[in-house]
Amino acid sequence: MAQELIISGFGGQGVMSMGQLLTYAGMLEGKNVSWLPSYGPEMRGGTAYCSVIITEEMVGSPIVNEATAVIAMNLPSMERFERTVNPGGLLIVNSSLVNKKADRTDIDVCYVPANEIADELGNTRVANMVILGAFLQKTRAVSEDSIIESLKGVLGSSKEHLIPLNREALKRGTQSVNP
Amino acid sequence: MAKVLMKGNEAIAEAAIQAGCRYFFGYPITPQNEIPAYMAKMLPKVGGSFIQAESEVSAINMVYGAAGAGGRVMTSSSSPGISLKQEGISYIAGAELPCLIVNIVRGGPGLGGIQPAQSDYFQAVKGGGHGDYRVVVLAPAGIQEMADLVIDAFDIADRYRNPVMIMGDGMLGQMMEPVEFAKKEVTISEKPWATIGNKEGKPRNIINSLFLDTQDMENHVLKLFEKYKEIEKNEVRVECYNCEDAEIIIAAYGTTARIAKNVIQKAGAQGIKVGLIRPITLWPFPTDVFKKWAEADHVKSFLTVEMSMGQMIEDVRLSIKDTKPVHFYGRTGGMVPLPGDLLKEIIKIRGEK
Amino acid sequence: MAKVFEKPKALTGKPNHYCPGCTHGIVHRLVAEAIDDLGIRENTVGVAPVGCAVLAYEYFNVDMHEAAHGRAPAVATGIKRVLPDNVVFTYQGDGDLASIGTAEIVHAANRGEKLTTIFINNAIYGMTGGQMAPTSLLGQVTATSPYGRSAETEGHPIRMSEMLATIEGTAYVERVSLHDIKNILKAKKAIKKAFEVQIAGKGFAMVEILSTCPTNWGMAPAEALKWVKDNMIPYYPLGVKKEVV
Repeated sequence: MAQELIISGFGGQGVMSMGQLLTYAGMLEGKNVSWLPSYGPEMRGGTAYCSVIITEEMVGSPIVNEATAVIAMNLPSMERFERTVNPGGLLIVNSSLVNKKADRTDIDVCYVPANEIADELGNTRVANMVILGAFLQKTRAVSEDSIIESLKGVLGSSKEHLIPLNREALKRGTQSVNP
Repeated sequence: MAKVLMKGNEAIAEAAIQAGCRYFFGYPITPQNEIPAYMAKMLPKVGGSFIQAESEVSAINMVYGAAGAGGRVMTSSSSPGISLKQEGISYIAGAELPCLIVNIVRGGPGLGGIQPAQSDYFQAVKGGGHGDYRVVVLAPAGIQEMADLVIDAFDIADRYRNPVMIMGDGMLGQMMEPVEFAKKEVTISEKPWATIGNKEGKPRNIINSLFLDTQDMENHVLKLFEKYKEIEKNEVRVECYNCEDAEIIIAAYGTTARIAKNVIQKAGAQGIKVGLIRPITLWPFPTDVFKKWAEADHVKSFLTVEMSMGQMIEDVRLSIKDTKPVHFYGRTGGMVPLPGDLLKEIIKIRGEK
Repeated sequence: MAKVFEKPKALTGKPNHYCPGCTHGIVHRLVAEAIDDLGIRENTVGVAPVGCAVLAYEYFNVDMHEAAHGRAPAVATGIKRVLPDNVVFTYQGDGDLASIGTAEIVHAANRGEKLTTIFINNAIYGMTGGQMAPTSLLGQVTATSPYGRSAETEGHPIRMSEMLATIEGTAYVERVSLHDIKNILKAKKAIKKAFEVQIAGKGFAMVEILSTCPTNWGMAPAEALKWVKDNMIPYYPLGVKKEVV
């Protein structure tokens, strides 16, 4: 199934790189992909988001207005993008930073305490990988192996020692939700 | 070479380096900043030269100098910065020098915004600077095409000794898509006219656009327009999509053409046959292609879709004259048309008949 | 018998269009002699300005590039980046260099571009018909300062050599005058040095040359030379403003 996804959070939560990893993984799997960031002053400390499309079909507009899934890493993101999810679509909420429930009842909402899980792993910065794991578990958009493969490309050989941590974070994410 | 995921801006820069571009002069402006940053990083590694100029005016004049000295050279900017470059572009066109200018368009007029727009169409294809001249304008709709067109742009510029512009927008500049670089051998043609020093016994080279004698000036412009005629004959590029049985043909380029393709599929699912003519060269404009489809009985009307208040629509109308109605749908100021809204417009047009 | 007066190789010999008594012709000759002396004619690219010297590309027998008004230093920068082993010079007037092209000259100097700039300061716009220049003196009557330049409304005349001497990238800047033979010889030396500084790769080099415009000043040529001495030099002191050794 085609994924048209919005990933949103504070600048620094790794939402852009999460989107890029997914897009790269989709490309490695031979799918048609696009990644589109929000850009401009809002990037400086405010909410940053990106739109990702992974599909077997042609990618037309890279803008996602009707999302198959939204990942909200913080409260402003949930408030802004909850309404964007298609009926029957998926909303994944970082419940570590969002202490509010979603209003929508016509979509599948998952709450993942991504920061807590990342902290348990000893590094808050992998919260994005935890939530990405949850997303993969729900959607099977791409394989975990493709994500790791992409990550290797992004990190480069000097940071290869971070791979096991990221793999673990992905796994913990997949375990945090039901398929 | 394997596919890589790149931003449009980065793909432009990488393609330029692969095309043998070794000189870049620019000035920071959003949303094209990845291009100078990439060039600043990569050009010194390949023996090239990068300057962050004191202004866009200076940057384009550095391009003018480097092009005159025979360098493969480019600059990039976004709308307000391109306005500042118009002086230099006019001189470069007048002095018949090759170069690449990239405009990653943002909303305007004035300082405008930083979100994607197509409101610099008139400026790009109708002159921009002063005087009788033309700039070849290429409008990619995806990252692969951006890379491919950069390489072609330098060759077109050299072949005709004319500036070439690539016109994208903030969305194409910022978005990432897979791109593959063909890694072909670059052959840059000889430039016997370049000012590289006058060797004894050879004619002196002068780069110039000044003609104080009116007959000389007219002759020079006539010569330019002979060249433009050749370009119009040889360099038109256009994509026709789903036109074969279309009742409505959308005219759109770049980002809006991508959106149009989404909508064409949606309309098709509702039994509405919609096609797309996507000019890849905005100048020379694919007039004949529009004329051809306007003559087809199944085509009832045209719909020009732009991220502006309607600029390319004038060329569509000029192309098909009054043979078929030409409708318009646009958003401006950085707003990108929503597929749903465009579909509604199509349904409305169909209902009007 | 040896010829003592001969056309420099670096001049085309085409009769110039300058007015009687104008010092552009002298400067052209001095520049050409410096190029000949240094044996760099085949390796030199000149950049002509917009102003009275707009047709300089007709007179200098080197490859020439005609720039837009004020942009010669940017054009020269582009040329020099492509041809780092060539000698590149700009020839600019006071409107070109000190008004519309201030950004270009300041930043070319600041980047330490290895360029030679010949700056003609005659305190007026010649080509367009005698308008006020940024270097016009206080009280000077021009087409656009008909009541005389006033510091209050037009500001003070700008001293480019002193300004550019403050810039790190400037390797050599000197102001010279053409009002008598002794000073012409000094100017010749300065121009040659400005090329040598470039060739040695030291940085940006400029010679400001106090010049006359008898036509737009409304003076006879001899009177104009005297005006330079009596009025310009007191405000624009001659000499080396900066030299990196």
